[in-house]
Amino acid sequence: MTKLELNVNGKLRIGEVEDRTLLADFLRDQLGLTGTHIGCDTSQCGCCTVHLDGRAIKSCTMLAVQASGAKVVTIEGLAKGDTLHPVQQAFSDCHGLQCGFCTPGMIMATAALLKDNPNPSDAEIYRGLEGNLCRCTGYINIVKAVKRAAQTS
Amino acid sequence: MFEFSYLKANSLSEAAAFVAAHPDAKLLAGGMTLLPTLKQRLAQPSHLVDVGRLPELGGIELKAGRLAIGAATRHHDVATSAVVRNAIPALAYLASHIGDPQVRNCGTLGGSVANNDPAADYPAAVLALDAIIVTTQREIAAADFFQGMFATALEAGEIIVRVLFPVPKRAAYEKFPHPASGYAMAGAFVAEMATGVRVAVTGAGPGVFRWSEAESALAQNLNVAAVDKLTLDATDLNEDFHATREYRANLAKVMTKRALQKMLATK
Repeated sequence: MTKLELNVNGKLRIGEVEDRTLLADFLRDQLGLTGTHIGCDTSQCGCCTVHLDGRAIKSCTMLAVQASGAKVVTIEGLAKGDTLHPVQQAFSDCHGLQCGFCTPGMIMATAALLKDNPNPSDAEIYRGLEGNLCRCTGYINIVKAVKRAAQTS
Repeated sequence: MFEFSYLKANSLSEAAAFVAAHPDAKLLAGGMTLLPTLKQRLAQPSHLVDVGRLPELGGIELKAGRLAIGAATRHHDVATSAVVRNAIPALAYLASHIGDPQVRNCGTLGGSVANNDPAADYPAAVLALDAIIVTTQREIAAADFFQGMFATALEAGEIIVRVLFPVPKRAAYEKFPHPASGYAMAGAFVAEMATGVRVAVTGAGPGVFRWSEAESALAQNLNVAAVDKLTLDATDLNEDFHATREYRANLAKVMTKRALQKMLATK
């Protein structure tokens, strides 16, 4: 067991984990932040995307102990009180989802994409979301939502 | 995953001491291959020695015609570095097409080179550019470093510190990514060096290799037509349910031609 200390959504969190515990499992099981989904567990689907020190990563493919000392933002940390983050609002407005399972990861990946590239073209959106899979929508409304978020961010 | 003990190294010498003390330890940098391997229980290291954030393994520097990139540099940082884009734009392009954005935020140059996946992108650049792999113990030429599928010249306990890329006159990389995995089914890195044109092929064979017939043909005639007449020998190439070895040979040739065309279009 190893102790770890990390900042999650602006709060210092202290935990003790088995060394092999994945960051996604730590967030979900110990911190109760179940908005981070585990879809494929093979770092393909991107449902577990969170921000680590400002960069999008797949939390199912990082050990919790690797993130010790880092700043983590999950989907729960995006909204300001009752005001949704512009990317969340855009996904809602454009109905960029059906079942919603991939949505937290899509939103976290989109927020990171727009930080690097505030006004992406369609091709840049496709490439920017290459690490996230959606089994329902066919991506049309997701791309619409990213564009809407780019306008409203 | 089987159980292991996690050791965070605070310096390169501490990392070296950890791996020397634990013969069944593995180095962890970005973890983009190692962690999926552990999840599938395909490996059972006693310890993971984390070198992912060591400052000694960082840094991108252009010095005396060579671009030095620290082993723990993330793909994203290579792809977006102004120094890399200026000195070897083909290398920045290659890095920007590895995996997906989340993977590029974690995966490292040293990890990719040390793993030597036969379909990885970086080995093609390292071999085509005749780069030098600097380790905790010595300097290894690219030609000696890669030794076939997942095999390298690295000794037990040896850690890659940085890679020195000679700056070519011009270069280009093209790959045909597998539509599901994104790994190169064939990729070609073409570089015009002071000594001539070098062509390295990844994805098609059991490991990265130089296509010497193409290099000779290009030494005579530096144009796409020179490669068009050639057939890459398929005997030792990979064959699986995605593609026959003959298909891969042709794909490698097409990627070589595309890379060449791209390189020749730059001044």
